Amino acid sequence: MRKYLAATSVAVGLLTGAAYAEDLTIGLASEPTSIDPHYHNLTPNHALSRHIFDTLIGQDQVQNLYPALAVSWKPIDDTTWEVRLREGVKFHDGTDFNADDVIFSFERAPNVPNSPSSMGTYTSGKTLVKVDDFTIHVKTEAPYPLVPNEISQIAIVSDSIKDAATTADFNSGKAAIGTGPYKFKSYVPGGKIEVTGNADYWGGAPEWDKVTFRPIPSAPARVAAVLAGDVDAIDGVPTSDIEALKRSDGDKVSLWQGSSNRVIYLHMDQFRENSPFAKGKDGSAIKNPLLDARVRKALSKAIHRNAIVERVMEKVAIPAGQLLPEGFFGASDKLEVEGYDLEGAKELLAQAGYPDGFELTIHSPNDRYINDAKIAEAIGQMFTRAGLKMHVETMPRTVFFQRASSGAEGGLPEFSLILAGWSAGSGEASSPLKSLIHTFDNERGFGASNRGRHSSPQIDAKIEQALSTVDDEAREALLAEATEMAIEELAIIPLHFQVNTWATRSGLTYQPRTDEFTLAMGVTRE
Amino acid sequence: MLAFLIRRIGQSAVVVLLMATIVFFGVNLVGDPVHMLVSPEADQAEIARVIQQFGLDRPIVEQYWLFLKGAVQGNLGTSFIFGQPAVGLILERLPATMELAVCALVLAVFFGIPLGVYSGIKPKSRVSQVIMAASIFGFSLPTFWVGIMLIMFFSVQLQLLPSTGRGEVGSFLGIDSSLFTLDGLKHIILPATNLALLKMSMVIRLSRAGTREVMQQDYIKFARAKGLSFGRIVWAHLLKNIMIPVITVLGLEFGSLIAFSVVTESIFAWPGMGKLLIDSVLQLDRPVIVAYLMIVVFLFVAINLVVDVIYSLLDPRVSLTGAKS
Amino acid sequence: MSDQLSNAAKPRFRDTPFGVFLSRYLDSKVATLAFVVLVVIIVLAIIAPWITPQNPYDLAQVDVLDARMAPGEEAFAGYTFWLGSDGAGRDLYSAMLYGLRISLMVGVLSGLIAMVIGTAVGLTAAYAGGRVETLIMRLVDLQLSFPAILIALMLVAALGKGVDKIIVALVAVQWAYYARTVRGTALSERSKEYVEAARNLGLSPRRILFGQIMPNCLSPLIVVATIQTAHAIALEATLSFLGIGLPQTEPSLGILISNGFEYMLSGKYWISIFPGVALLLTVFCINLVGDQLRDVLNPRLAK
Repeated sequence: MRKYLAATSVAVGLLTGAAYAEDLTIGLASEPTSIDPHYHNLTPNHALSRHIFDTLIGQDQVQNLYPALAVSWKPIDDTTWEVRLREGVKFHDGTDFNADDVIFSFERAPNVPNSPSSMGTYTSGKTLVKVDDFTIHVKTEAPYPLVPNEISQIAIVSDSIKDAATTADFNSGKAAIGTGPYKFKSYVPGGKIEVTGNADYWGGAPEWDKVTFRPIPSAPARVAAVLAGDVDAIDGVPTSDIEALKRSDGDKVSLWQGSSNRVIYLHMDQFRENSPFAKGKDGSAIKNPLLDARVRKALSKAIHRNAIVERVMEKVAIPAGQLLPEGFFGASDKLEVEGYDLEGAKELLAQAGYPDGFELTIHSPNDRYINDAKIAEAIGQMFTRAGLKMHVETMPRTVFFQRASSGAEGGLPEFSLILAGWSAGSGEASSPLKSLIHTFDNERGFGASNRGRHSSPQIDAKIEQALSTVDDEAREALLAEATEMAIEELAIIPLHFQVNTWATRSGLTYQPRTDEFTLAMGVTRE
Repeated sequence: MLAFLIRRIGQSAVVVLLMATIVFFGVNLVGDPVHMLVSPEADQAEIARVIQQFGLDRPIVEQYWLFLKGAVQGNLGTSFIFGQPAVGLILERLPATMELAVCALVLAVFFGIPLGVYSGIKPKSRVSQVIMAASIFGFSLPTFWVGIMLIMFFSVQLQLLPSTGRGEVGSFLGIDSSLFTLDGLKHIILPATNLALLKMSMVIRLSRAGTREVMQQDYIKFARAKGLSFGRIVWAHLLKNIMIPVITVLGLEFGSLIAFSVVTESIFAWPGMGKLLIDSVLQLDRPVIVAYLMIVVFLFVAINLVVDVIYSLLDPRVSLTGAKS
Repeated sequence: MSDQLSNAAKPRFRDTPFGVFLSRYLDSKVATLAFVVLVVIIVLAIIAPWITPQNPYDLAQVDVLDARMAPGEEAFAGYTFWLGSDGAGRDLYSAMLYGLRISLMVGVLSGLIAMVIGTAVGLTAAYAGGRVETLIMRLVDLQLSFPAILIALMLVAALGKGVDKIIVALVAVQWAYYARTVRGTALSERSKEYVEAARNLGLSPRRILFGQIMPNCLSPLIVVATIQTAHAIALEATLSFLGIGLPQTEPSLGILISNGFEYMLSGKYWISIFPGVALLLTVFCINLVGDQLRDVLNPRLAK
């Protein structure tokens, strides 16, 4: 199977020959929390920062790395990467870009005061050494293959702003000086963010003279805005509107779809002898049935993934059999999507000693993933058909993630069965493997989101081996093997991969991205 | 007088403190903002850093004490999400909300009073009955539903008005407002209408009741008998008399307009403080929630205090000792 | 004989307070119609389990394969979705009636609890007088000066989701209205002749309060209760719309509408329109009835 990348315009864009405006307005589902590119490790912030700032290494629409401010990078020994920088690049204020800016940016990134989620996640364990004005060495303590990947997350700011640059200085525009294709113009929190084209951009002048980002969190309002022509493009088109947009407004609006790197999955309590939300049908306490791999397999078989994709997701999702869509780095090409087999599920349940099923509650957020609460309801229906007595409880993410991660006594996960999602920021399988599958390990920073606490020394060893293998080919194979083992043991039950949809007015095209970024650079005129 | 004032200020301070306590503990006992904030990729060390940075590792009582200490100095905390002082964040959005609320109020009065007066003068006429039914209908309609209907009809179907957001901001006599530009005016029509509907129903009913009462007064009958033109009676006697209660009530209701703007602002993506509140509730930005409620509480208590003082000055029947006769 | 009896009874009924009330209420055709519709709505909600093809809360009866069926299409289970189905495969007709039950239950229950609390507080204030009264009424005034939606928002944000929690929030929002009404009425009743007379007869103050004054507070209470119930139902819908009201799985009308809100632009009008109309009709009828009750029972009672 090929990578799902078919970004097809479903509309018949009629070129009317009208003069194009040089300005672009984009309606955003989520608003960046700051202009400061190092303040908050959050998708909308990264997306916005890509306009004003460059990174050393870029990620393209399928998260392949490409040279940006760095022209090349390679390991020169086990623990050192050599990065050569692009020459002749100028910041928006006219100053020249060189290694000092890189060193400054990497020092600043993890240390922004009040940061709610710091960039330290990407800079930790790395020491940058300036070799000459256009060469940098990145040193790690142990062999670490993800260096290029992680430095691709850090925006480069000008070192002329120095330590005085606070987040507020970025928001006011004073310090918002980058090398990117657009220059900062204005920022009204909750209102709009304006950037203007940087005609001197090293990669060529951008398509638009001026780009305005307008946060419109309410989905119907966002769709209405693009239909009414108030904005030229929007992201996060709700699945419910896609069919109708295709059908009736095809001449006004074009849709652009691409699979994301986000898998929606179920985590099951695999560490407690008695799980709080798994009971006998009469409500009595029973031994946690989810510890039995046959029960987990039965649950996976009882899920009609195609029905979820078809009816709940309105065909805008891809059934999942593993952690990342095929074609991504480290995804296995051996794994199949678990087929729907209700009889098989009942049989497995009987074998495991639950011929009459048991009582189980699925917990899910209701405002985090596309149609999350509805998926949980559908799962509830499907498990009911396999003979379980199901309860479905959905809650806002503010409450859900805390309880799911550490709601029980001793900071343990509270629930027995949860629905959640994972987006692989690095674009490779090491990301979900490290956080969702690896044994929970506070000290070493593994399994931070392993809310089912599945634990297998063999898989752990595989993951750790992959994470210290610099050779790409060998690492890819190791990651695929680890994924296969995890699916085999049902550490997790994957449901589907999200597909994201953007809409533009007709006459424009959008290049969908797996990392869910919405970029003005991706909008072009036909 | 001074004693009265001091006592009332004291009482108000107690109220503010009480609300601060309730709000602080209420907001701080649910959920966990840390899991909302940190990137899912973050490891346990990063989570620990954020918990410590926001002081969430301290006992709740200590957090409360620190909050009170800051509050006395006018600092209601720093937004978890934006990293800026919460008060500043809210005040930054205040003009947009005020703009919306004032426009809604003007619309409500502008349409509400004529309709109300008409149905008060001719209570039995068919038109009046329609107006009254419509006004009941008006406050039966959920605001959010009306909002989306307005967008559907005027923005999507007719493409007359922009669907969301605030327009260009212009400057006039040193005041910045989107009311001073054409684009801004176009943007405000729908949200202001949406917000105005509820109050319009109220104005209609108030002015109708007022009109009916006034029309039976002797001086109106007298004026009629004197041969004054009907228009003149309405203008000189009727309106003057019903305006006072209408305006008093609307003044008091202004606060509820600001509160209801929460709904309207969410639908129309209006960058005001109501939308900020909802965003903060959904993302558990505790300092902003607490600060918003504290600011509102403070405003209300202050308005009440001022109203009470003015009342006591104007109305000799209200004794300043506080106990009513 | 029997003729005589009925002839004799008729004028008597018309002269009873209830008879007077009824004939004055029926004066308005609109209000009469609203009352009839309201009764129908309430009856439908109560007998919902017996007249719907599906229990929308039973996961075994709901099938996601039936999601978003247009009105008139047939379900897998064989029955017809007369009003279509929603995004989770719930029959909209069933879901609406069940949702109506929840909405009405939330509205009425919170109204009743608030009425009991508010009446108790109001009577206490009127009975006690002095400092206690000042304190209570200051509290009531303070609360009434805050917009209901803000208080509810704050409470729900603090308490979390759930039927019980939203009822608590709605009670907290409403009790002050009852307290103010009861105290106001009680004060004006206290100065009337019959109370004077009772006092002269040597009846205990408590007996006067509960035996004489409280029954007279009934009619304003009924009016306030009707209007407050409509408010509570609309408020619950608004909170649910904002995402902080009731949980998704057992949807009230408010949740059904906000779920349908997602489908507003997609041509699947039935998911939002039908529950919206049901909510509107319910609130509108209650308000019409309340309005007429106000005119009939207590013309001078201002909002």
